[in-house]
Amino acid sequence: MKAVHGLSKRNRSPLRIIAIFLAVIILLLVSMFLSISIGSIHISFGTIKQALLDFDGSKEQSIIQTVRLPRLLVTAFVGANLAVAGALMQALTRNPLASPGIFGINAGASAAMVFLTVLVPGVSMIGGVLGAFLGGAFAAVIVYVMSSLIKGGDSDVKLALTGVAIQGMLMSLTQTLLIFNESKTEGVMFWLTGSVIGRDWGHVHVLLPFSVVGLLIAFGLGRASSLLSLGDDVARGLGQRVFAIRAFTAVVVIVLAGVSVAIAGPIGFVGLVVPHMVRYLIGVDYRVVLPMSALLGASLLLLADVLSRFITYPYETPVGAVTALLGTPYFIYLARRKKTERKA
Amino acid sequence: MQTVNKTKKQPSRFKSVGLFIILSVLIIALSVISLSLGDINIPPLDIITSFIGIGDPDLTSILVEFRLPRILLAILTGIGLAVSGVVVQSIMRNPLASPDTLGLSSGSGLAAVAITILLPLASPSVLSVAAFAGGSLVFVIVYLLAYKKGVEPIRFALIGVAVSAFCSSGIHLLISKANPNVNAALIWLSGSLWGRTWDQLIGLLPWVIILLPLIWLLAARLDLIHLGDEVARGLGARVELIRLVLLASAVAMTAAVVSVVGTIGFVGLIIPHVAKRLVGPRHKKLIPTAALLGALFVLAADLIGRGVAPPIEIPAGLIIGIIGAPYFLYLLWRESKK
Repeated sequence: MKAVHGLSKRNRSPLRIIAIFLAVIILLLVSMFLSISIGSIHISFGTIKQALLDFDGSKEQSIIQTVRLPRLLVTAFVGANLAVAGALMQALTRNPLASPGIFGINAGASAAMVFLTVLVPGVSMIGGVLGAFLGGAFAAVIVYVMSSLIKGGDSDVKLALTGVAIQGMLMSLTQTLLIFNESKTEGVMFWLTGSVIGRDWGHVHVLLPFSVVGLLIAFGLGRASSLLSLGDDVARGLGQRVFAIRAFTAVVVIVLAGVSVAIAGPIGFVGLVVPHMVRYLIGVDYRVVLPMSALLGASLLLLADVLSRFITYPYETPVGAVTALLGTPYFIYLARRKKTERKA
Repeated sequence: MQTVNKTKKQPSRFKSVGLFIILSVLIIALSVISLSLGDINIPPLDIITSFIGIGDPDLTSILVEFRLPRILLAILTGIGLAVSGVVVQSIMRNPLASPDTLGLSSGSGLAAVAITILLPLASPSVLSVAAFAGGSLVFVIVYLLAYKKGVEPIRFALIGVAVSAFCSSGIHLLISKANPNVNAALIWLSGSLWGRTWDQLIGLLPWVIILLPLIWLLAARLDLIHLGDEVARGLGARVELIRLVLLASAVAMTAAVVSVVGTIGFVGLIIPHVAKRLVGPRHKKLIPTAALLGALFVLAADLIGRGVAPPIEIPAGLIIGIIGAPYFLYLLWRESKK
């Protein structure tokens, strides 16, 4: 119907794609370096190299090993997960406003986590992750069904408004639950804004398997996503089993976003913004868009996290607050731009 | 689309008077229940003796110093938000407009929090003025962002909600930095009447007392504006001036409420619709009905919040959020069928 995904745009030349890939990899390396070296103690490049290659147990090296490195891994994988989940959703729904946040996955997973924390005090981290999957899936189904019940109008905007309303309700529920468990409020408040502060190897061990498997499967969905983003009829005509792919992709999305929320809280806008940037840079071939989204999502969340350490130095600001402040203007831009395209 | 409402039969005068009486009785009943419930339950008889001045002084002080201002504040909050909602929906001719979706609440909230942090000793009137300025500014921003060859209701709501979310992040950020007491901040963020006293009530009262009659006096003009600018001008109304005065009144009333109780959502969005269903679209009836319904709604939410699991209190704003979001979806759905 309309060139939501820039489908009218030509795919970029291979040379350009390779160049951009290299640039993004360099960006990722730089962000990783900044993420390790900047903080209440600044750490030099030499020390970082030593800590990784030849650990001698000094104070700085211990900080790297026990604090900065797990935090870096958590941030990078959460960024990659959310960006890839967003790219998959935008391809699947052909809706430029789609993202784990708008579909209520973040809010649903958060509500489930808080629910578990309050009702099952000793819940394990894996239990929390499974709860987050269920909560996220539940919210996504509700948002999807509700927004399709609203007849006529603009499907993108309907989805967004439905998503916002359900998010509002889930947030109210979550905060109500929190009031019943005040002892944990302070930590959970921070978590609810989306935060990677204090994440340790335990978190990494839970996050990593889900992320790696989920991301690899997602990359494998590249061709199917490209076809689906052309529309159901085209995809079906080209021999795709549309429903099966949809359902399978939805599961992948919920695993990627759910585990991220369980570990780092609901970090918004990464899943919305990164896929747009990637399509702008390299076109709409999802075999390339998905891995590129992972790299760029990781880099940007790492940079946002570094930025968050400065905003109210020496105190730390939850990275979710930073992405929210940076992401809203872009969201508004998208809501406005759509209108022009339709009129044009 | 407004003609749909017009063609409906107007409820008779008798009916609407009956409705006012029923709503008022409900408000009084809830107030009495609200007065009697708490850490110490005070039976109605003791409430009466206390107010006559012959009751137990301890109970009297609980009632007068803590529970009464809180109840009155709930009533004023409901009135302020609901009437602002009626006004902005009519002026914008947008059924999804409200103090929340126009960014009035969150803008006022952000300004109020900023002032509280920058000038901790500022008087309540400074706070209200700042909240008014913040609310107006954010409204202008939302309007400009949503404007594109006219303002489409649903896009307006979407952008309003996004800008509101932006301001809420700002509020969150400021509060989490400045206020070591996260629980208190959380309660303010979610809109609570807990711990409010006569000071806050007295800060809010003049706004409502001045603005409510003003809005009511302009109600007939609001009916005209609602018919469309052309018609209204043809009938001799000074459309731009009236619109400005009414909008400013709605912003001021919202700002005053928000600077006292925090950001309570959905009241201004939902109550006008319910009121319209009950008494039809004429503003002379609509405004008082919405005021009463709003008061009733906030009172009830506060009461539920206190009564569900004592001694724990759930902020009224959260109760309203849980009830209000599904109704907002219902409104979207109904709007889409037109």
